[in-house]
Amino acid sequence: MASPDPGKLSEPRARQAGGLIEPARAAVHPPLVNLRPVNYVFDLGRAMSIWPMTFGLACCAIEMMSASMARWDLARFGAEVFRPSARQADLMLVAGTVVKKFAPLVRRLYEQMPAPKFVLAMGNCAISGGPFKFEGNYSVLEGVDQILPVDVYVPGCPPRPEALLEGIFAIQKKLTGHRFWPQPAPVEDPAFGAAPAAVQEGESR
Amino acid sequence: MDISLLNVIKLLLALLAIIVLLVLNSVVMVWLERKAAGFVQRRPGPYVVGPHGLLQTVADSVKLLAKQIVLPGSSDRLLFLSAPVLAMFPMFLIFLVIPYGPWLTGLEVNLGLLLILAFTGLETLAVIAGGWASNNKYSLIGAARCVSQSVAYEIPLILALLALAFMCGSLDLTVITEAQSGWVWRWNIFRQPLAFFIFVITCFGETNRAPFDLPEGESELTGGYHTEYSGMGFALFFMAEYTSMMLVSFLAAVLFFGGSNGPFINGFWWTFLKMGLFMTFMIWVRWTFPRVRFDQLLNINWKWLLPLGLLNLWVTAVVLKLF
Ligand code: SF4
Repeated sequence: MASPDPGKLSEPRARQAGGLIEPARAAVHPPLVNLRPVNYVFDLGRAMSIWPMTFGLACCAIEMMSASMARWDLARFGAEVFRPSARQADLMLVAGTVVKKFAPLVRRLYEQMPAPKFVLAMGNCAISGGPFKFEGNYSVLEGVDQILPVDVYVPGCPPRPEALLEGIFAIQKKLTGHRFWPQPAPVEDPAFGAAPAAVQEGESR
Repeated sequence: MDISLLNVIKLLLALLAIIVLLVLNSVVMVWLERKAAGFVQRRPGPYVVGPHGLLQTVADSVKLLAKQIVLPGSSDRLLFLSAPVLAMFPMFLIFLVIPYGPWLTGLEVNLGLLLILAFTGLETLAVIAGGWASNNKYSLIGAARCVSQSVAYEIPLILALLALAFMCGSLDLTVITEAQSGWVWRWNIFRQPLAFFIFVITCFGETNRAPFDLPEGESELTGGYHTEYSGMGFALFFMAEYTSMMLVSFLAAVLFFGGSNGPFINGFWWTFLKMGLFMTFMIWVRWTFPRVRFDQLLNINWKWLLPLGLLNLWVTAVVLKLF
């Protein structure tokens, strides 16, 4: 991606400046052993140990960090191993605003991750540009799904840590086909009345 | 040692048992480490995968097994693939010579201590090979740090162990264990407290564990020498770390805590119990202290541990000569 001559913009860079960023290339290889029980065991293993990449872009990252700390503790579900190297991560947690200047790097990090990999777009910014989506927006990528294949969207500005946990459960469900943990009961908040559903709790506050 | 069929069978059985031990150790200790981290940070840690998260490491291993192995385009393929294996390989030999109990030793040699010190150096070689072959600046810096750290910390370690060997008059681990039999105050930790102090600090340096985990310093090197390793390559490096942790814990148990001699009913269970306790101590230290800076790390070694080690050796020699 980087042009060898810093003074001269290479062709793809020039196109980025115009607002066009190529989507990530990701080849999916067929599994070596394609038997259902074997696949199920592997998927179960993958679902129970989703290691995110240490990678936060904006304010949503603060909620991501608090989800891994004592109160919400991502570690209960085996997902607390934040790997700093893309080669050892399974989940790209796009937590925050993706500006156009950083988009190629996000895409490169995604391409560096080894095969069973997932993308979770956390927060309105990563989903659609959020508060930065307005006419004449020149700097923010309006939705990370323009460059990466997103598996799960977790809305909110920022989403609450519970919502992030639900997003990780959604990836587990995508992998194995069922939800392992009990559905939390909807909470009654005196200020807002009954929340529509526990999953959307993040938006009700 | 004569090469008879019986001996070969015994050796093979010992190797098999060691492989089982190493795998079990990694599975249990990674779980314990994550649990301890949770305990220190006031959270439950792995909890829902199996009872109290006991199957967490199994799930991780299954996932790592099925993960794609990425070969960086500019890497040296042969070295890159062989480095993780090289990190695990010398371990089997080292664990053969440790006297777990009065009758439980894979291979009895009278230079056990020397052999262990020589073969632990090979792990550093594997780290350099991995860091170099990845052709990545972070890996290379991590590998370089690992070398300078290991070389530096090996010297006080050897000085501390030399004082022990002086006192027992042997490099044979069985003899050193027997010299500590009897009462608890005959353990070397009470007879050589300074050597034990140096040994504990160098342990963390040698195993690249926090607070001395600079070769993989995540905040500045994104993972150090195993930055480019994915899937099983990373798992093997990870396993090698826990194996070397177990190795130094066994060394501590055998050299300083009397090995299989306990307060009552001697036997191999004491060695394993002491090993487990020492490993728990290492985990505790890791989650308690922040990482040191690299110059601090080398200063502790050259300005404090080395003179202390020399002093300890000198005092031991004088005391042995006088009494
Ligand atoms: S969605 Fe809101 S909280 Fe999250 S990064 Fe965007 S502005 Fe910040």
